[in-house]
Amino acid sequence: MYNITGYYEADTLAEATALLAEKPKLELIAGGTDVLIKMHGKAEDTELFSLRKIKSLEIIRKAEDGTIVIGAMATFARVFKDPIIREMIPILTEAAISMGGPQIRNIATIGGNVCSGATSGDSASSLFALNARLKILNSLGERLVPIQEFYLGPGKVALKPGDILTEIRISPEDYQGFGGHYIKFAMREAMDIATLGVAVTCKLQGNIFDEIRIGLGVAGPTPLRCLEAEEFAKGKDISVETVAEIGKLAVRSTKARTSWRASKEYREHLVEELVQRGLKIALVNAGGAELV
Amino acid sequence: MAYTVVGKSVNKVDAIAKVTGKAKYTDDFHERDMLVGKILHSPHAHAIIKSIDVSLARALPGVEAVLTYKDLPRINYATSLPGYVDDGTETECEAECESDRIKFSTAGHPYSLDPGHRDVEDRHILTKKARFVGDDIAAVVATDELIAEKALQLIKVEYEVLEALTSTDAALKEGAPLIHEEHEGNILASGGFAIGDVEEAFKESDYVFEGEYETSIVQHCHMENQTSYAYIDSDGRIVIVTSTQIPQIVRRVVAQSLGLPWGRVRVIKPFVGGGFGNKQDVCIEPLNAAMTIAVGGRPVKIELSREESMVDTRTRHAFKFKIKTGINQDGKLIGIHISAVSNTGAYASHGHSIAGSAGGKFRYLYPTKALKYDPITVYTNLPVAGAMRGYGCPQIFYAFESHLEDIAKRLNMDPIEIRRKNLVEVGYVDPVSKNKITSCGIRECIDKGKALIKWDEKKASYKEQRGNKLRGLGMACFSYASGTYPVALELAGARIVLNQDGSVQLQIGATDTGQGSDTVFGQMVAEVLGLPMEMVHVISTQDTDISPFDTGCYASRQTYVSGMAVEKAALEVKGKILEFAARMTDIPVDKLELVEQRIIYKHSGESVLTLEQVAMQSYYDRVHAKPITSDSSNNARINAIPFGVTFTEVEVDIKTGKIEVLEIYNVHDSGTIVNPLMAEGQVHGGVSMGIGYALSEQLTFDAVTGKAQNNNLLDYKLPTIMDTPDIGVAFVETYEPTGPFGVKSLGEPPTITPAPAIRNAVLDATGVAFNRLPMNPQRVFEGFKKVGLI
Ligand SMILES: Cc1cc2nc3c(=O)[nH]c(=O)nc-3n(C[C@H](O)[C@H](O)[C@H](O)COP(=O)(O)OP(=O)(O)OC[C@H]3O[C@@H](n4cnc5c(N)ncnc54)[C@H](O)[C@@H]3O)c2cc1C
Repeated sequence: MYNITGYYEADTLAEATALLAEKPKLELIAGGTDVLIKMHGKAEDTELFSLRKIKSLEIIRKAEDGTIVIGAMATFARVFKDPIIREMIPILTEAAISMGGPQIRNIATIGGNVCSGATSGDSASSLFALNARLKILNSLGERLVPIQEFYLGPGKVALKPGDILTEIRISPEDYQGFGGHYIKFAMREAMDIATLGVAVTCKLQGNIFDEIRIGLGVAGPTPLRCLEAEEFAKGKDISVETVAEIGKLAVRSTKARTSWRASKEYREHLVEELVQRGLKIALVNAGGAELV
Repeated sequence: MAYTVVGKSVNKVDAIAKVTGKAKYTDDFHERDMLVGKILHSPHAHAIIKSIDVSLARALPGVEAVLTYKDLPRINYATSLPGYVDDGTETECEAECESDRIKFSTAGHPYSLDPGHRDVEDRHILTKKARFVGDDIAAVVATDELIAEKALQLIKVEYEVLEALTSTDAALKEGAPLIHEEHEGNILASGGFAIGDVEEAFKESDYVFEGEYETSIVQHCHMENQTSYAYIDSDGRIVIVTSTQIPQIVRRVVAQSLGLPWGRVRVIKPFVGGGFGNKQDVCIEPLNAAMTIAVGGRPVKIELSREESMVDTRTRHAFKFKIKTGINQDGKLIGIHISAVSNTGAYASHGHSIAGSAGGKFRYLYPTKALKYDPITVYTNLPVAGAMRGYGCPQIFYAFESHLEDIAKRLNMDPIEIRRKNLVEVGYVDPVSKNKITSCGIRECIDKGKALIKWDEKKASYKEQRGNKLRGLGMACFSYASGTYPVALELAGARIVLNQDGSVQLQIGATDTGQGSDTVFGQMVAEVLGLPMEMVHVISTQDTDISPFDTGCYASRQTYVSGMAVEKAALEVKGKILEFAARMTDIPVDKLELVEQRIIYKHSGESVLTLEQVAMQSYYDRVHAKPITSDSSNNARINAIPFGVTFTEVEVDIKTGKIEVLEIYNVHDSGTIVNPLMAEGQVHGGVSMGIGYALSEQLTFDAVTGKAQNNNLLDYKLPTIMDTPDIGVAFVETYEPTGPFGVKSLGEPPTITPAPAIRNAVLDATGVAFNRLPMNPQRVFEGFKKVGLI
């Protein structure tokens, strides 16, 4: 049961921002797979504003400077199938296919995933590791927000009434030369939210780590980066020992807590273990030799 | 035995209707101006209603009625319909008093003429005392869902909150508040059985072992939630269309709950989207009937949400077992003592029957000189536990098959050998039920499973494993029953009408809720009458006004018990056809046979008449016309014991605590398999349910408030198809002499032993015994941590 008291659509972004400026209380709906669940069974009046007619928001492209631009309304199915993403940032392809099930991937958008502000969002940890920037538009203009600054708390993001997320942008220096891997650790192989999401990217120089980035989901109230571990890795030999130390250090950046879903101790253990597993695969994807 | 239709994988009779969307389920029916009923559930696990004010809700436009316990009929209330609407004459005290309102039981058991055998009547349609988070406090009938929802929010309830007893330990503690005044110590019931002297047996045994095992609360998660609608028809009778396994029992319980004559209620069961025992209980229909009465008989619909269905209907009883076993050096079991505490939640529902069934069905597998079973069933302030596939057996076999595995390990015996030493044989008579084992293929099942999984080969190759991923093998056996005899009545009915063209209609009282009983019954009729399947029209809908009487769909009883009635009805029709043909031809009836829609001479096979000729004469002969029908009822005072085993191979990720089932084989002795493809499907479903039980499923509750934490399909980890390995199915087809066509049951057995087999495989792989379900990664992590594996 949904108490939808109004439904609006716009054909262009200009129309959309204008309408939002006029009616800032409208609830934006993309695929609706979060919004409708939140509304389900609640009696409060809600007016929805759908972005689905704005086809330009679905486009995924590579800009001339090499920046990868993902429209906020691109569905996970589209992200998964997209050849540019598959070639340039396959870690996001992995994240996309780990999400929900076929029906959900066909309707759920990457923009909705980010705007929902869930620490468990399957795109989030990868986008953190990729230093994604979010382009946000309103009737007054647009701004670019680094994803690390976008997540404010559980379900809270840096969007103000009237704002629309239009693009997710990944600069060439954030993916070129990197190899990556996403591990979704969940209780089920499909249709589940992550117990822990681990996105690791790395760039190698011969036998040393040039740069690594670790994005984690569900290791705190928002997705986060493991900066201490990343800092440590710089210039270190690629070895089982280094990787083990990185796993340990990664735990220090987390803010895991005990809930009925999992204990803090278990979550931290998983961070240490899965960061290592993720990194071992990422470094092979970056052209390194397998660590045994 | 050679059959032509029985034993063939004919298409499910409703397969095309279901995949094309033609099959109509409860929600596919509409009455004009149907109203919507919604329920206000208690937010407290244990609380007394101090006051309840529905005036604002009643005043909301579109609200047609608001009900609380005060609006429900009092005991001995007798009136003609419609309505027992407040006549305003009662005093304030009477109005406030709950104790004189009708109490009833909801369990889907046949009625018992012996009052001592009846289910515990501990429930009101709406309660004044909340006994779990989700208890039904008030109800609204409105013109649409949204208004009903808004009205619920306008009901003001003042509660006196009591201590919530969220575990059996808390409920059993000295001085714990009583959940039901009549049940001292919060014990619903206790008592099992004793065969021989178990203490003596322990003295005689070479070794005595003890173990403790615990299972969790899980939920059925049938695809279709509980849904029904009710109205009063032109005859003044309450008609309820509902998704149920037990239309006849729903009829009785609705009548009882409202103090109505039973004949005043009519229940119709259309296609049903699964039940697994949860719909062997009368959950929403009494309230639905009360709602339509409250609005003068207008149609009212109740459709539970998934969140409601998961806590406000029924769950599986969680058990805690203590087992003590005496065994000899050679592996022979001498004495077993099983104590069990069963958590029934806030109301009795099936209550102690689950614990009783567990012990009763376990008894057949390993007969020992002495076996003592001491179960108690305890009330707690948690959702109500009821019937669920396996009816106590997944619990007890998890415990005992784990225990036996531990013993084998301690005695350094092969786990298969220790079982073989103790298995039952044909001819054994159970000393308690007096049921006799008349067929038994358990040994062959074990041989088959062992070969399928390549037990010896893999055991040898996994001896020297190292690393973070370890593999292991496990197995576990079970016995079950084919119905409830001698515990309860096993009455079934079938009716057949021969049409003019020689086809037949088959009506049965037993309900197909997805498992395929309609098809199996159709095959039985086709077999007896020599008809092709397409000439047997099985009426899938049960209607208590029209269908023959049958107690319902439960206890894996239908193919065996209801099959007897179907076979009987078919044989009767066959007899009548041949008699009619004899009269038409003057050939003695014993010289005639019915094959392939022809009446033939037995000795030569020569055709005498077509079936159609006989059928046409039976309708239109100006002198002898008398349509050929049968209406049979069968009271099965017998039972047959099916057996089986699960073999599995797992891989355990030591570092993450994840267990992966690599292979699983579920091998059954269910007598004759009537439809191999459907039987395989039944096993697939049952095993996947068993895997969920083993590894991931569990309803969890806040220990203080008693509120469910995961009553939705995201947080409740029902396995998806991606989590389900290929499930290996095999049958050892014995011939059960007491069953129709040699059948035994198969409905529930597949669910019984995946969990202990997986548990034993994990033990084999890691050396760690998990004696508590589910073995989810968090638990496994803790277990490994404790022994230093992590
Ligand atoms: C069955 C099921 C399984 C799921 N499985 C997963 C899973 O495995 N992993 C996972 O991460 N999530 C999962 N989800 C959650 C959900 O599908 C995702 O978060 C999805 O990406 C949300 O996208 P949407 O397009 O449906 O967003 P919507 O529900 O339409 O919107 C979500 C929120 O974002 C806002 N919003 C949407 N687009 C914009 C925009 N362009 N600008 C500003 N605000 C916007 C909306 O107002 C709303 O607050 C699952 C959900 C369901 C129902």
